[in-house]
Amino acid sequence: MSILINGSSRIVVQGITGRSGLFHTQQCREYGSRIVAGVTPGKGGIHIEGIPVFNTVEEAVQFTGADVSMIFVPPPSAADAILEAADAGIALAVCITEGIPVRDMVLARRILEGKPMKLVGPNCPGVITPGECKVGIMPGYIHKPGKIGVVSRSGTLTYEAVKQLSDIGLGQSTCVGIGGDPIIGMKFIDCLELFNRDPDTEAVFMIGEIGGGAEEDAAFWIRDNMEKPVAAFIAGVTAPTGRRMGHAGAIITGGKGRAEDKIRTLTDCGVTVAMSPTKMGVAMQEALGKTKKTRK
Amino acid sequence: MNIHEYQAKEILSSYGIPVPRGRVALTSDQVERAAKEMGGRCVVKAQIYAGGRGKAGGVRLVHNPEQAHELGKELFARKLVTPQTGPDGLRVRRILIEEAVEISREFYLSITLDRETSRYCLIASAEGGIDIEEVARTSPRKIHMLTIDPFTGLRPYQARRIALALGLTGSICEDCVDFILNLYRCALEKDCFLVEINPLVVTRAGWLMAMDAKITFDDNALFRHREYPDMLDYSQLDQLEITAGKYDLSYIKLAGNVGCMVNGAGLAMATLDVLHEFGAQPANFLDVGGGATREKVAEAFKIILQDSDVKGVFVNIFGGIMHCDVIAQGIIEAAAEVHCTLPIVVRMDGSKVEEGKKLLRDSGLNVQIGENLGDGAARIVAMLKSVSGGPVTERRPCQS
Repeated sequence: MSILINGSSRIVVQGITGRSGLFHTQQCREYGSRIVAGVTPGKGGIHIEGIPVFNTVEEAVQFTGADVSMIFVPPPSAADAILEAADAGIALAVCITEGIPVRDMVLARRILEGKPMKLVGPNCPGVITPGECKVGIMPGYIHKPGKIGVVSRSGTLTYEAVKQLSDIGLGQSTCVGIGGDPIIGMKFIDCLELFNRDPDTEAVFMIGEIGGGAEEDAAFWIRDNMEKPVAAFIAGVTAPTGRRMGHAGAIITGGKGRAEDKIRTLTDCGVTVAMSPTKMGVAMQEALGKTKKTRK
Repeated sequence: MNIHEYQAKEILSSYGIPVPRGRVALTSDQVERAAKEMGGRCVVKAQIYAGGRGKAGGVRLVHNPEQAHELGKELFARKLVTPQTGPDGLRVRRILIEEAVEISREFYLSITLDRETSRYCLIASAEGGIDIEEVARTSPRKIHMLTIDPFTGLRPYQARRIALALGLTGSICEDCVDFILNLYRCALEKDCFLVEINPLVVTRAGWLMAMDAKITFDDNALFRHREYPDMLDYSQLDQLEITAGKYDLSYIKLAGNVGCMVNGAGLAMATLDVLHEFGAQPANFLDVGGGATREKVAEAFKIILQDSDVKGVFVNIFGGIMHCDVIAQGIIEAAAEVHCTLPIVVRMDGSKVEEGKKLLRDSGLNVQIGENLGDGAARIVAMLKSVSGGPVTERRPCQS
C-alpha cells in the first residue's frame, strides 16, 4: 500500500506533446508508471511513443479508464486543464506547471471545493510511490521502497532528503511534493492525514520552508491527531529577510513564518526537527527510535 | 513585480479612486517647477520600491519651491534606508510632488492574497498608519479582515460593513463602499498580489483620498499584461539581479564571501544554512531553477564571479533529471572563459554523476568535489582558510 498512487494507477498526461511533457512521460514510463493516454487539444487521434492522444480528458478517461492526470500544460491554460481533469472524473491531478497566475488558481481552488478530485501542486515535483509508480519530474533512482512517507513544499531539497533517507536504509512508502506556490491543492495536513491512515507508512518526514503558516498548522494537527512519528526540516534559518513591500503580508501571517518559530512549534508538538540539512535522515532515524522506546 | 507609488496612483485613478494631484520629477529643477505648480506648499515623496519612507526622511512637507529644490537635491544624492529596503538601502531616481492635503482622519486599507484560505482578503483598520503591524500584533481586534469568495466577488453590503466598522457614516460611508469595490476590481483586473492604501484619508473638506499606494503585480500574470515591464524602474534593482533575470535565474546578494550556485529555492536556503553551520558566510546565491541547462549554469557561474566579494564558489546541484556531466561542462566553460582561479567546490548528485566528477577533476580548475552536502561545505571552508591563511571571513555584523 501507499498513498495517492500505486502500480495500478492509470495515468493520462495533459500536455503530452510539449517538450517537457513528452520527456517526462518517457521518464515516468521507464520507471514503470502506466501511462495510458495523452491529451493535447487539436492533436486527438495521433499516437506519440505508442500512447494514444485525445482532444479532451473526458475522451481519454472514456477510452482508457485513466484515473490520474499529470499536467504539463503551459501557465495560461494550466488552471483550465486542472478543472478539465476534475470534470472528467479524474481522482488525482498532479500539476507540474510552474508560473500559473494567482488569480487563476484562486478561482480554480474555489471550483474544486466539494469535488472529489485531489490536486497536488501546481509548481511541484509530483508524487512517487517507489518501485511502483512515478507521476512527476523527480529522479526515480534515489528512491527506495519502504515505510517512510515524505511530504515537502520544496523540489530539489526533497531529493536531498530522500537520498539521505535511502542512504541510511530508510525506504519510502510515497513521496509527495506539494509545491511552493502561494495557492496549492493538497497541503501538509491533507498528506499527513493520508499517511496516518496508510498501513504501510510507519513514519513521516516533512520538509518545510520559511514563510506562511502551513508548517505551524501541520504541527498542531500532528500533536492532536498523528499516531506515527514525524521528523521535519525547515529550510531558511539563515535566509536574509530581504526587501518587501507594504504591511499586508505581515498582518495576515501574524508573526508566523520565521524558521525559529516554525521549529519551536514543531518541537513543542512532538516533531523531531533536524537542525542541519545534513542531518535529515538522521533525524528520521532518531524519531523512529524514540517511539520504539516509548512503546516498550 | 513592484511599481512606484506614482504609477500605482495612476492605475488607481483610472479605476475612479481619488488621489492627490501630483507630478513626477527626475531632477531637482523639475521638483522645484512641480512645487510651483502645486502652489509652493507641497509634499515631496521619494519613489523607491519599499515602504517605511516617512521615518527615513523620504517624505516631507515643504513650504516653497526653493525648499522643494533643496530637498530634491538631497534626496537624489543619497540612498534611502528603511526597515523594508534591507541594509544597503535604495537609490532615489524619481520624486513625486503632491499637493498638500489637510487631513482629518486616517485609515489603513489593503487587498492581498491569503495563502491560508487560498482567496483574496481585504484588510482595513481605523488605526495604524505607519504602525499598522504593531496594531495587528497588539490589538488584532482593531483589524477588520474579509475573505472574498471569488464566485460572488466583493459585494456592496460587505464593503459597507467594512466602511461602517471604520466609523464612517452618511455619504462618506457610501463613497468608501465605491472606493473599496473599485479597489477590488483593480486588484483583480490588474493581477495584483497586493494593493495597499496607507493611509486612506478623509480630508478636511470631507473627501476620501488615497494618500499613499503600493501595488505589487503577480509576475506569473505578465503574459496578459504586456504593459508591466515598461513600468519597471531598473534603478531599484541590483545590476546582477537584472542580468540574472534575463537568463531566468534568481540572484540574491548577501554579506559574506562564498558565492553559491544552487538549483531550487528550498535547496538554496538549505545550502545557506549549511554554510553558516560550518562557519562560512555566503556572498550571494544564485538559483538556477529546478531544471537547469548547461547555458544557464554557465551564465550563473559568470554572474557569481562578477561579485568582487566572492573569494570561493560552492556549487550544490541536485541534478535529478538533468545529467551531471552537462552541469560540469557548464561550470568548466564559464570558468575558462573568465579565467577563474578561485577555489571551487562542486557537490553534484543525479545521473551521470561519475562522468561529471571526472570532467571536473580533469579540467585543471582549482576544484574539489564534495561527496555530500556536509562534505562540500567543509571543503569550501577549508579551501578558503588555506588561501587567506586566516579566518574564513571577517565576521561582519550580520546585516541580512
